[in-house]
Amino acid sequence: MALLNKKSKEALTDPLMKNNPISLQVLGICSALAVTVQLNTAVVMTLAVVSVLSISNTVISVLRKMIPGKVRIIVQLSVIASLVILTDQILQAYMYDISKQLSVFVALIITNCIVMGRAEAFAMQNTPGKSFLDGLGNGLGYGGILISVAFFRELLGSGTVYGLPVVPESFYAAGYQNMGLMVLSPGAFIILGLIVWAQRIFSGVEEE
Amino acid sequence: MHSNSYTIFFTSIVTVVLGGFLSVAAGTLKETQELNVKNDSKKNILASLGFKPEGESKWSSDEITKLFEENIDAYVLNSNGERTSIDPSSIDTETDEENFPIYVDKRDGAVNGYAIPISGKGLWSTLYGYFAVDPDCITAKGITFYAHKETPGLGGEVEKPWFQNNFVGKRFIDENGNLVGIKVVKGKADPNSQYEVDGISGATITSKGLEYFLVDDLKKYEPFFQKVRSGEV
Repeated sequence: MALLNKKSKEALTDPLMKNNPISLQVLGICSALAVTVQLNTAVVMTLAVVSVLSISNTVISVLRKMIPGKVRIIVQLSVIASLVILTDQILQAYMYDISKQLSVFVALIITNCIVMGRAEAFAMQNTPGKSFLDGLGNGLGYGGILISVAFFRELLGSGTVYGLPVVPESFYAAGYQNMGLMVLSPGAFIILGLIVWAQRIFSGVEEE
Repeated sequence: MHSNSYTIFFTSIVTVVLGGFLSVAAGTLKETQELNVKNDSKKNILASLGFKPEGESKWSSDEITKLFEENIDAYVLNSNGERTSIDPSSIDTETDEENFPIYVDKRDGAVNGYAIPISGKGLWSTLYGYFAVDPDCITAKGITFYAHKETPGLGGEVEKPWFQNNFVGKRFIDENGNLVGIKVVKGKADPNSQYEVDGISGATITSKGLEYFLVDDLKKYEPFFQKVRSGEV
């Protein structure tokens, strides 16, 4: 990619696989369990986190030299909280049904460690452009896992993909049953665990 | 290191800017949000009375408004079951013990059913919904829930068609004319009983809660339903 130099490219692509916020840093697990029963909630949640994360990273990076060191966390949180409230309000206005399903979890993006983690660890030291890419990358890395977990949970738990039935009726007639476990939180733990395992084998990471 | 006065100055600016930004956004979006909430309750009233969208599609908000205006007569009853001139949307159904909104299905000119708001505690949360009765005011026509925070897959099943369809055609008034409500039993209901529906396994507290608040809410409307049964209305 000639458009981006090596460092910027890393800011964008590292969190997708090599340094994924959920499967490697194990952040943001709470919402990954809660909103992944169906694909459409997971996709909307991903969009919400991607926009909050990339905008908050950019804004904080623009302000980074002006923010007084002793109150920096509070300032970061105010920016993040405002963006989250805005996202929640927009969802309530334009995607009412989905916002009802996501209920409190959009508001809880405020406490998602990924958002504050990136603000403090990246945006405070880097230029706005790079911070934006870092936010985008981390948001998509988070969303990628969310969507994969939701895909398996919806497929195995309800026999549908994005609300469309994919398991043929003949399977049910032959005695196939949807896995009730997948609809509940333990199902998300199991799928997430398997994804973390598969990814660590793939990327060769080992815990010390 | 920044000075204290700079810190105070900076945080004040941040607060004012972000606060202003949010109030503008909230003000702009408020109208659309309120419309959504209204449409959602209209949609649930229609669904409890047995209206269904054509085919597989969902209702658009215009269709909901149109259906509601054409077919539903909404008014408020007082505690004696008499019609008042109060606007139904001004009533807080959860706390108001004097005035009870009712939605009458006037499809094709005749009364096809009455829908009443119901709400009460389940396991984790308050459930909100509508309960519709047939014009005889003895049997149930339908039930819907539009807001609750019960466990998905357990208590959350109250919003599923299999559970809601159980209520259709069940009686909440016994042979002697007493209000008995509809029992939500553990496991399968007795197929010969007209007063029971299947419970949700693993969600006994939600099921029992529903059973109790349904009777409580029906009691409020009993004066009116009695009038309908005796032919006064």
